[in-house]
Amino acid sequence: MKKDLLVPSRRSVLKGMGAGIVASAFPGYTWAQSSAPIKLGFQLHRTGIGAAYGRWYERTAQAALKGVNDAGGIGGRPVEILFEDDATDPKRGAEVVEKLANDGCDLIFGPLFSHVVIGSAPRAGELKIPYLVCSEGYHVASGMLNRWTLQPGITDVRSQVSSMAPWVAANLGKKVTMVYPDYAFGYDHRDFFTEAIKAQGGEVIAQIAIPPTETTFTRYLPQIPAETEVLYHVMVGPAVLTFVKELGDFYGSGARPQIFGFIDSLEAVDTASPGLEFLEGTYFWEAMNRVKQDGQSDHEAAYRAAVGVDDNGASVTDAADVSTYSHMFSVWETLHTIKAGMEAAGYQSTADRQKFVEALEAMTTMPEGPGNPQGDKLFNGKTHQVFGHQNISQVTGGKLMRVHRTSIEDGQYADAVDYTTMSF
Amino acid sequence: MKAKDTKIWIAHLAVLAALGVLLAVLPAYHATNLARILTLAVFATGYNLAFGYTGLLSLGHALFFAAGVYGAALPVTYWGLSPLPAIALGCLAGGGLATLVGLLALRTAGVSFMIVTLMFAQAGYLTLLYFGQITGGDEGLVMPDATALIPGLSPDTARAVIAFTLFAIALLVSLIVIRSRLGRVMVAMRENEERSRMLGYNPFTVKLSALVLSGLFAGAAGAGYALLFGYAGASFATIQYSILPMLYVLMGGAGTTLGPLLGTAAMFYLVDGAARITTATLLVVGVALVLLILFAPKGILGTLRERGARWIP
Repeated sequence: MKKDLLVPSRRSVLKGMGAGIVASAFPGYTWAQSSAPIKLGFQLHRTGIGAAYGRWYERTAQAALKGVNDAGGIGGRPVEILFEDDATDPKRGAEVVEKLANDGCDLIFGPLFSHVVIGSAPRAGELKIPYLVCSEGYHVASGMLNRWTLQPGITDVRSQVSSMAPWVAANLGKKVTMVYPDYAFGYDHRDFFTEAIKAQGGEVIAQIAIPPTETTFTRYLPQIPAETEVLYHVMVGPAVLTFVKELGDFYGSGARPQIFGFIDSLEAVDTASPGLEFLEGTYFWEAMNRVKQDGQSDHEAAYRAAVGVDDNGASVTDAADVSTYSHMFSVWETLHTIKAGMEAAGYQSTADRQKFVEALEAMTTMPEGPGNPQGDKLFNGKTHQVFGHQNISQVTGGKLMRVHRTSIEDGQYADAVDYTTMSF
Repeated sequence: MKAKDTKIWIAHLAVLAALGVLLAVLPAYHATNLARILTLAVFATGYNLAFGYTGLLSLGHALFFAAGVYGAALPVTYWGLSPLPAIALGCLAGGGLATLVGLLALRTAGVSFMIVTLMFAQAGYLTLLYFGQITGGDEGLVMPDATALIPGLSPDTARAVIAFTLFAIALLVSLIVIRSRLGRVMVAMRENEERSRMLGYNPFTVKLSALVLSGLFAGAAGAGYALLFGYAGASFATIQYSILPMLYVLMGGAGTTLGPLLGTAAMFYLVDGAARITTATLLVVGVALVLLILFAPKGILGTLRERGARWIP
């Protein structure tokens, strides 16, 4: 029989009916589920003073994106990231938020520098677009920002600093002199460490604020009291190299106090660089150990390989390109939290942004795993801030080797805000 | 009124009308960008009075802009002042600081004037950092929700209304000034200071007037920018914000009333567009300026004026 194209066969009619019944049984799935990619905006410090961080934040985001997409995307949908340079400038930052929102991004994440976050968050709040920062600033948990701004990927500086005090007091000494830059970042250290060491029975005996324009520090060093047991330093930028060298010249080969610093000074800098020899034997805070430690977890090993960092904390393709290992994991963890939050919220489109924020606010424990290679975390939905473990490392043979890992409780403090009571 | 005057007024009012229409019909994203451009164009218009018309090449205008930012932001943050009077205060702060700086810096001229103004601005920046507990320093302060700008109006509408009003006032005041006796003397100072002095004009008072006017504009722009876009920070006092208005003015045409607006818009979209293509956005801006100086050294409107449209003020 010649097949008539216009008259369907019995078989094809039955097939069609079957497909119709199957389709009608899952109306929501078949019709409402979009297969369009989820579009995430990334506010990137590609140029400006944050460029060294930005370079690694971008690489980490690309690596995390590949992992998420290889594992099936978010809610079965592929994910794409739209990167936009904010020049590490708050004015441009706000414009970038607007641009990414206008480009149809479901949310925006990724900024590190506090002034960019503070300059951009009001605009994100007004546009009602989730804004997930990887900044470690205390500006989120302090209540300064808004319901749409969250920090689920990195512990804030208040918590980091506070969690150092018990170990410093017990192992290095109780009389502390602080040397810090004379602006907001330095003040967070000054205020929170002074408070935390007091709670441990110690005291800050001198606070030496260094103006940001200073290029030499010799006139400040004699201000360090002789009875100092611990010198706490948080110099940032290229000046740190001069600072360390001059500190070495100041103490010479004689007795020196114990020295403790924040790795922020030396992110993207090789601790074995010429001129940094004086750091040998001194201690640093690290959120995540850039040098591979004994007993590194499988999750961290997988993360290290994915972002292309070798056992010394530098790029696998260029040993001189040292990573910003204590900060960049926040991008990886934030992207995985975005996935978890969107899937929990049943996120479909930008109309579900509020549901997504509520889903994040409902999160509490985040177990260590492929999405949280830095360690397990505790998320506080009220303050929109995550809390994790911190590490103290000692420079040994030019390498940072871990000597202590804090508990999450060491960095806890009373809530200063409850964002969940604010309107969207 | 002469025919030429009528033409000038009609042209300026038509530009304002067109801007008003654009603000009303553009999609929200572009309307907000236009509000940013208009606010920054107030800054550039003020800079143009000092640089374009009077020949005062200042590298310290960031100080007056930041004075406006904080002149508005501090009373709003600490005393709960409402936004509109705060903008007026910011404007006065810019003018006040310009008076002080002018009294000292105008004792110099040329390169020395550039250096002295630069130093004042740098001192202002460091002062903002020094009083970080109050000013928020490098991190800055978050301004109140934009819904409070004009009660009853949506943030987008309020922003458009305020930015438009600020720009309209700036443009019209600038037009009136440069067409006044003072404006003509300002140009005379730029062209030949010695000769103007010989004719009986006091260069110091003329230049001081121009600088103070310029400072008032910068202050209003700074205050508007902080309140409309919700952020005040010390970064607004950095050298970048002294260079920006100069670039805007150079691009649009120094010594033309509408040049600053044109330059601000061109530069805004140049940076915005370049950022998607390359990390070297500043290189793109640099190349654009080099081309401009090679082929149209008087800026866009300045070149048009030279090539026929001589009526452009």
